[in-house]
Amino acid sequence: MIDKRVRDLAAAVAGIQDGATVLCGGFGAVGEPIALTEALLPLGVKELVIVANNAGTGETGIARLIKEGRVRKVICSYPRTTDPREFEAAYKTGKIELELVPQGTLSERLRAAGAGIGAFYTPTGVGTRLAEGKETRDIDGKSYVLEKPIRGDAALIAAYKGDRWGNLVYRKSARNFNPVMAAAGVLTVAQVSEIVELGALDPEAVVTPGIFVDRVVVVR
Amino acid sequence: MSENTPKPLSRRQMAWRAAQDIPDGGYVNLGIGLPTLCGDYVPKDREIVFHSENGILGMGPAPQKGQEDPDLINAGKQLVTLLPGGSYFHHNDAFLMIRGGHIDLALMGALEVAANGDLANWITNDPHAPPGVGGAMDLAAGAKEVRILLEHTTKEGGPRIRKACSYPLTAKACVKRIYTNLAVIDVTPDGLVVREMVEGLGLAGLQNLTEPTLTLVNDWKKLTAPAV
Repeated sequence: MIDKRVRDLAAAVAGIQDGATVLCGGFGAVGEPIALTEALLPLGVKELVIVANNAGTGETGIARLIKEGRVRKVICSYPRTTDPREFEAAYKTGKIELELVPQGTLSERLRAAGAGIGAFYTPTGVGTRLAEGKETRDIDGKSYVLEKPIRGDAALIAAYKGDRWGNLVYRKSARNFNPVMAAAGVLTVAQVSEIVELGALDPEAVVTPGIFVDRVVVVR
Repeated sequence: MSENTPKPLSRRQMAWRAAQDIPDGGYVNLGIGLPTLCGDYVPKDREIVFHSENGILGMGPAPQKGQEDPDLINAGKQLVTLLPGGSYFHHNDAFLMIRGGHIDLALMGALEVAANGDLANWITNDPHAPPGVGGAMDLAAGAKEVRILLEHTTKEGGPRIRKACSYPLTAKACVKRIYTNLAVIDVTPDGLVVREMVEGLGLAGLQNLTEPTLTLVNDWKKLTAPAV
């Protein structure tokens, strides 16, 4: 029997290690797996590389990990989101490294990891500071920059409903980065508002098929 | 040409003016800040599909009191609504639409625009402020057309339309039209062409506030907007 449900947050994040690259879903705080992210604190891990669209909001989730000194580096598109106080404090004192990636390139680098693509050429960023040091190439008269995948040792994602196979559906704009990160994690853990019986999710409407998900935990 | 005291447009009037050019049936992305206001001023007889980079097509206005949904936000993280016919999708599809040339028009703000359409709108030269790029480079590289809203000059009165941008670029040669508080200017292979100017301003006055050379079209119009 396949049963990806785990009993609590500690079991959900067990095995994630120091120095891990951790993908965190969400756009600002919407769709952010706050409970899973904060479960990394009692696990005791440090030197983490966090990959997310933003670098934490207020004092919860990623912001709390930064405040507690657990994050070595953030890979994101926009650290200056609503109330980025913890990231800004760490950045200004040189306690945290930032790799800035255009938002669509960030998404595509994650997709490439999940899809087994070795690298890809994108027009985004050509001729800018964010393409410096990267290979560029003209293809059919247009310039592109080579970008490489971002694979997560773990992906922490948030969804609305899930089942014991790990099939997931989302709510409105809380979907955002979660599905693409689900496929890009070696270990993918989903926090869901509700677990439903197998077969209860409309198969035509499943957004993340369970093959991408290793653990599911309910967070109400 | 007489040059009295110019009457610059307010920020909302700039948004109104840019909104009048949004084509019927267009798939349109509005940048955060000033361009977001354009959504309030689209002529009533046009059907526009607004795209949001966080996975929405058919985005509607801010919710009525009591109708707010914390899971439904725009790129600026403000609460919004979904119109009938709208859809949700994940981030990779949202940027596939942008990068793949499916977005008809992107309206963005800017720090500077250059005579050749170079755009700078993602980073200042403040070494202490962490930079943020968001979706700006993807939109600038991928939308079918990029139009910019910006105040014609800096707070100190310096030009923001430059021969070459002094800030790091977002993308090269991507801007087609510029809406300022003083003028509507097209970026063409022959340089910057003024289509509209506010009352009280002549080409010489506008040129004084603009670094590259401007050309005025023969059928130029007065730039006006209602009190919005």
